[in-house]
Amino acid sequence: MRWRANTVIGGALTALALGTALTAAFWTPFDPLRVNLRARLQPPSSLYWLGTDEFGRDVLSRVMAGAGTSVVVALSTVALAISIGVVVGGVAGYLRGWTDRIIMAVNDALLAFPGILLALAMMIVLGANKSGLVLALGLAYIPSVARVVRGTVLSIREKEYIEASRVIGNSELYSMVRHVLPNAVAPVAVLATSMFGWVLLAESALSFLGLGVPPPAPTWGNMLAASRPYMETAAWLSIAPGLCIALTLLGINLLGDSLRDRLDPRMAHG
Amino acid sequence: MVDDLSFAIERGEFLAVVGESGSGKTAAARAILGLLPPGLRKVAGRIELDGEDLATVAPRRMRALRGPTVGMVFQEPMVSLNPAISVGAQMAEGLALHERLAKSEIRRRCLDMLARVQIRDPARTFDAYPHEFSGGMRQRIMLASVMLLKPKLLLADEPTTALDTLTQREVLDLMVELARDYGTSVMLITHNLGLVSRYAQRAVVLRQGRLAETGSVQQILFSPRETYTRQLVEALPRRGAASARRAAGEPLISVRGLKVSFGGRQRLFRRDADVAAVNGVDLDIGAGETVAVVGGSGSGKTTLGRAMLRLIPRASGEIRFHGRDVTKTRDHEFRLASQLVFQDPYSSLDPRMRVGEIVAEPLRHVPQLAGAERDRRVAAMLDEVGLAGFAQRWPHELSGGQRQRIAIARAIVRHPSFVVADEPVSALDMTIQAQVLKLFERLQAQYGFGCLFISHDLAAVEQVADRVVVMQGGRIVEQGSRDDIFDHPQHDYTKALLAAAPVLDFADPASVRASG
Repeated sequence: MRWRANTVIGGALTALALGTALTAAFWTPFDPLRVNLRARLQPPSSLYWLGTDEFGRDVLSRVMAGAGTSVVVALSTVALAISIGVVVGGVAGYLRGWTDRIIMAVNDALLAFPGILLALAMMIVLGANKSGLVLALGLAYIPSVARVVRGTVLSIREKEYIEASRVIGNSELYSMVRHVLPNAVAPVAVLATSMFGWVLLAESALSFLGLGVPPPAPTWGNMLAASRPYMETAAWLSIAPGLCIALTLLGINLLGDSLRDRLDPRMAHG
Repeated sequence: MVDDLSFAIERGEFLAVVGESGSGKTAAARAILGLLPPGLRKVAGRIELDGEDLATVAPRRMRALRGPTVGMVFQEPMVSLNPAISVGAQMAEGLALHERLAKSEIRRRCLDMLARVQIRDPARTFDAYPHEFSGGMRQRIMLASVMLLKPKLLLADEPTTALDTLTQREVLDLMVELARDYGTSVMLITHNLGLVSRYAQRAVVLRQGRLAETGSVQQILFSPRETYTRQLVEALPRRGAASARRAAGEPLISVRGLKVSFGGRQRLFRRDADVAAVNGVDLDIGAGETVAVVGGSGSGKTTLGRAMLRLIPRASGEIRFHGRDVTKTRDHEFRLASQLVFQDPYSSLDPRMRVGEIVAEPLRHVPQLAGAERDRRVAAMLDEVGLAGFAQRWPHELSGGQRQRIAIARAIVRHPSFVVADEPVSALDMTIQAQVLKLFERLQAQYGFGCLFISHDLAAVEQVADRVVVMQGGRIVEQGSRDDIFDHPQHDYTKALLAAAPVLDFADPASVRASG
């Protein structure tokens, strides 16, 4: 089956990224922040597997630490966006009427702003640090989650088992929590995986622009930015973080695709 | 899917292909046209049409044959027409593709055909879009566009299953007329033996991809040779003895002047007039009694059922339960004592809950039953419906009939005194229908609940009902005991419904009249 290849490759790449992030919390070959001016701009060697940057810091260690930062930021953002988005979209979709209209009006207004621009504006208010970044990006992505969840809830609430729940005598709140939400999980799970990818990219872009996590803390984005002056002389400085971003995104997208295929009702109900 | 199937259709003959789901009847039909869905492949065999083997013909020749030689009408009128293209354009497609005609001539032929299928305003219909038409009209449009090409063979795959009784009759009569006019042979795929008896001359019975039996309709229905065929014929609902259940004393549920209106469509600057789905209905149902409500689509019978359960807040009128007025107040006891069995077994069970949880859920509101007691009740219920030990299964692992039994178990688990059954067997195969109806009757005899049985299937009604209520346009036009209604209908609408329903009378083989 096609999705099996997707799952394997996607899973492997994603696991690699997550594993690296986790490992970096406890161990890196060298201290990613330690400056060693005598070993500046060394190409990859047996000592420094991915070479060193302009301050003599080991690129491999920085890439691992960067994985940690990027992954943590992405996970927190997705968790924030999903948890709030599900509630907002769920309430709007289930209750309909004026509640739905007002919520969706605000939602669509936010949706009209390009995500990064919105995040930028909020970073100015919240400050350029990790938690600010998470809040800003999270807020920027809540509207898309809300839209998707609302759509799913709209179609679920017409199903007869929701009416059956009402006939039994269950309250609207109980029906929504017990019957609607568990069935709305599938599209949300797929959305979560692709959102993880977007957030990773957004964070990299913001850091690249100098607006994300500030140096010296490494993220793949700001490593990429810092490598620009050295593209011709020290190519490994841009290749390493660039490749990491690309491979992680590929892995997550493949995983998301296979998840979506597996959750496709046509395949589930044989 | 299909294994070693051989049969023949003569010129101008009407053949019925009968089978339950999974019998391969649709696959066989699609194979003739070379329209098998991805995943199914024709592995062997010959399909000879007028001497030409369709199985080995080149794709280009096949395309030339589809339409003028073989036409097909599908089951779901709601999705068989492209919603984005006007009706006229879709009808003209076939003509434009297969014949060299001027546009004006094509239009003329389409309009003529629309008039032939009794569409009231052919010119307006030609330019209109499919969503403006009801299911029955869409099927007529489909029939018109297929017959425009005067095919030699017409394949009709359950063309009227999704339509109500009266419309079914109209569409099929029309099909027969047109086939006779053009000398078209018809292959009707159906699971409805009543239709077979009325329209077909010969029949082929399929079972799990193989030919079970073939012969004239008379022979298949009245002297079947094979066991399976006999099972199918015996599964047909038939009238039992008139029950002696007389509603004694005060009726269980009493409805007076029930009215349910839905707001009219909101147009740009004004609102259409309110539509009364139920327009002043008085009805009594006694304990242990089954009252069937019949009528065409739009008669209001489904709305009546929901309104009687107080599921529609916009209903007005009076509802009394055990003499108590439950119209306005939130009467929890009424809610606990009344239940609903839904039509579609595929969407009435939460796919994320196990069977045991589904049946146990109504017991949340019965605090007296907790823990082990509750489990015992659930197990007992599952046993009653013949699905003992299924508590850990998921709904998608069960067949339609099994799911419907779970739905019934869920409805009965609180021992309600009033059950509304909304077309509970319409979505099921013939033999399964019989099983579920029998189960329902047994449970009612055992638990003594009053039942409102909503159905358009008069044969099922004939089997289970004590009294019958006929609805048209939101009003009750006739009501009476089952025997009275079926044997001596008074109102014109009732007579029309009975005439339209293909009900087999087993006492009288001569009553099988095949047209053409």
